[in-house]
Amino acid sequence: MMITDNIGLYIHIPFCRSKCPYCNFYSVGCNSELINKYKSKIIDTVKESPYCFDTVYFGGGTPSSIGSSALAEIIGYINHTDNCEITVECNPRDISEQAGEKFFYELADAGVNRVSIGLQSAVDSERRMLGRVSGKKEALKGIENAKNAGINNISLDLMIGIPEQTPASLEESLKYCADAGVKHISAYILKIEDGTFFAKNKAKYNLPDEDAVAEMYLQTVDYLDKTGFRQYEISNFAVPGYESKHNLKYWNCEEYLGIGPGAHSFINGKRFYYNSSLTDFINNSPPVDDGPGGNEEEYIMLRLRLKDGVDFALFDKSFSHPLPDSFFDYALYLSNNGFAKISDTGISLTPEGFLISNKIIFELIERL
Amino acid sequence: MSVNKDKIRNFCIIAHIDHGKSTLADRLLEKTNSVALRDMTEQILDDMDLERERGITIKAHAVKLNYKADDGDEYVLNLIDTPGHVDFNYEVSRSLAACEGAILIVDATQGVEAQTLANTYLALDHDLEIVPVINKIDLPSADADRVAKEVEDVIGLDCSEAPRISAKTGENVEQVLEQIVKYIPAPEADDNLPCRALIFDSVYDSYKGVIVYVRIKEGKIKPGDTMRLMATGAEFTIVETGYMRAQAPEPCPELSAGEVGYITASIKTVGDARVGDTITTARNPASEPLPGYRKVNPMVFCGIYPADGADYENLRDALEKLQLNDAALSFEPETSGALGFGFRCGFLGLLHLEIIQERLEREYDLDLVTTVPSVIYKINMTDGSQIMIDNPTHYPDPANIASCEEPFTDAHIYSPSEYVGTIMDLCQERRGIFINMDYITPSRVDIHYELPLNEIIYNFFDSLKSRTKGYASFDYEIKDYRESKLVKLDVLLNGDAVDALSFIIHADNAYAKARKIAEKLKDNIPRQMFEIPIQIGIGGKIIARETVKAMRKDVLAKCYGGDITRKKKLLEKQKEGKKRMRHFGTVEVPQEAFMAVLKLNDDN
Repeated sequence: MMITDNIGLYIHIPFCRSKCPYCNFYSVGCNSELINKYKSKIIDTVKESPYCFDTVYFGGGTPSSIGSSALAEIIGYINHTDNCEITVECNPRDISEQAGEKFFYELADAGVNRVSIGLQSAVDSERRMLGRVSGKKEALKGIENAKNAGINNISLDLMIGIPEQTPASLEESLKYCADAGVKHISAYILKIEDGTFFAKNKAKYNLPDEDAVAEMYLQTVDYLDKTGFRQYEISNFAVPGYESKHNLKYWNCEEYLGIGPGAHSFINGKRFYYNSSLTDFINNSPPVDDGPGGNEEEYIMLRLRLKDGVDFALFDKSFSHPLPDSFFDYALYLSNNGFAKISDTGISLTPEGFLISNKIIFELIERL
Repeated sequence: MSVNKDKIRNFCIIAHIDHGKSTLADRLLEKTNSVALRDMTEQILDDMDLERERGITIKAHAVKLNYKADDGDEYVLNLIDTPGHVDFNYEVSRSLAACEGAILIVDATQGVEAQTLANTYLALDHDLEIVPVINKIDLPSADADRVAKEVEDVIGLDCSEAPRISAKTGENVEQVLEQIVKYIPAPEADDNLPCRALIFDSVYDSYKGVIVYVRIKEGKIKPGDTMRLMATGAEFTIVETGYMRAQAPEPCPELSAGEVGYITASIKTVGDARVGDTITTARNPASEPLPGYRKVNPMVFCGIYPADGADYENLRDALEKLQLNDAALSFEPETSGALGFGFRCGFLGLLHLEIIQERLEREYDLDLVTTVPSVIYKINMTDGSQIMIDNPTHYPDPANIASCEEPFTDAHIYSPSEYVGTIMDLCQERRGIFINMDYITPSRVDIHYELPLNEIIYNFFDSLKSRTKGYASFDYEIKDYRESKLVKLDVLLNGDAVDALSFIIHADNAYAKARKIAEKLKDNIPRQMFEIPIQIGIGGKIIARETVKAMRKDVLAKCYGGDITRKKKLLEKQKEGKKRMRHFGTVEVPQEAFMAVLKLNDDN
């Protein structure tokens, strides 16, 4: 099969040294035998794939936990473009010290040009609350190691709404990130997911309330904007030009292949995913059909996550009809209340609108 | 075919709730081999799921049993079951009128309760022979001697021969059958008089039309006869007559004086064959109907609306179907600014309301919004006219009202004496007027109050139960209308009045109630995109207010490839949630908020 268009590739690394109390992504403990089996399976799947990829993203789990050699070996089998963006998510504890330096050299050699570091908070007590053992020093060292290896496109993850977090402690984290010499920051509002340790022990934690979290989100948007990080998605900020090409594919409704337990794909208008079971995946269990994708609802839902929002002309072109009047009526209502910006060419949400985007997107989709 | 009238016994079982009426009925069926043991499901007479769940009998049924007594003769026993709740008092009285005797069951662990007395007096009013039975002797806390003495002291019935039974295990149930034969008189019956048959129940059947349950008092009736309903004058040709057997009806060539049976005549709704009416024949009509007929009037009203406006027609169909079987249910279309199209429905009481609501939701799979229940108020206008309103929406401008009247009830509460204090507190809170208190035994009292009906319909019974650990029982009947200081509370959301949440209430309770309504609404209305003021007012004056803060955060922060499915599920969930929302201007109010206001009571 000959495929002309380049698409994205997501590879899930479902291994973690320990489970974080807020995380509900699929992961299992590190076990070298299992990691080897898994690696072979991934390589087999990658080899079979008929596509050429222009972005590759190793997510998890903790991709760094399987070591640079394994990652480099996998990359070696991937058919990708020359200027392909290749990202690896890292846990600070795997990339500090001297081992970290070697780690990044090996990755850089394999073609990795972007790393995303799960810092979460620059306040050590908050990091411990999130089950993170390493501190901000390790993260800084990790950044230095990556840069020494020639990887300058670095992203840090931050979390908003951590137990005990205050505007002052958040500012400490923001300042740390802005001064760390990175190009990209993802700031997520902590969501207490069902079945996680946090959910079961909610009462024991002093979680900031809805209003406090909303204020801290706005504080984040404001602080990062002032320090040169432009918001381009609900939770993502970048020095212009350093937006994540891979993640933009999701929000732009573009195609990608996802490999690994729990990984989702969108190809040829079809969505499908692998079950969240490592055993199933290793035993060649095929992906599950998830119905058609890329319709108007999805388009609106995903595009409104972006700061650029929905372009009216582009919508008309993609779906061969304009948006209905009721959509515009509601958009106007949103804009009058400060939740959206509407122009002749498109609609986009403001930070206040992003905060209640579930509700807004739902209402807009209802009007399609 | 001639039946020996001397061998007929028509009787019913009366008891307080949960004293074992349905269980004994089952046992009688079993002992007379009316139902094969393997077909026995518990409490066969209560065939509606709801009845079984609530442990009460809602609709009366009847069954014909054959019993060979110790004297060697074959007897026909007609057991007429009666509903066991105050809401259905009139139906009980018609069932009693169809009998010559009644078995009075008293729980050996509890003794005489409110409905034990109320039903006994009702039975005595109908000159029934009463056979007392002490039940539940299998329970460790049973004290049959004490309870027998209580029945003798309180009711004045001789209990020296009262069977002491366990309907559950079947112990001594034969004694009950023997006493029925021995003490309950055979019907006085003359086949040669013009026919007069008392309707004590009617049920709609989709194949046969209405099945009318009758007791033939005089004369005979058979298929082919033209029957006439004496209250309405309506006539129908009889298609079938027969006896009710435990498992299936048994057609018979005719029904004659003294017998209990059923008639079908292609009658379309139970409203055409109302309980209490008299059936005669067109060819040889009786001159007078049997005494006691009255059309039952609903006492409690509320609006019932489909949660999804598209279900309006389905709701109408469902109500029509329920009405086929329930002449006491009334409904008429109504429009609410807030709730759209729905129906104003009338009920005998709050239990009746709850039963209908549950049946609509369960049997017809409808999502409903029910407004605050109301009684009928009489409003005397300044121009001298009088209007009756059952819907707060129709409450006139206070400037034009000279005075208001509300229905009062005569209420009796029976309770162990240690709860007198808390019961009197409750009645006092509910604006009750103390009449008197009798010690029916040294440890049990009958507290007599006059209570406004509108105080009873808001969870009075639940409060009473919780304050007395379930020991108190309660019975009431409507007494009269009295002048009262009433006001209408309006609920305003974001400045707009929500008609469906209006209340008519006594002025003295207005402030406390208004504060509670405001709090409940605040707790039950989810945050929305803007701040929502909740105001409760009387006329133009706001007497309570709360605010629902604006929603600040509703966002899926992390949305990568895998999360699209999750996000879509979230949208689906929102869609479902929205369906259950009512829109008042720009405010969305979930059904739970209505329920919370509806369920407002003094105990929480």
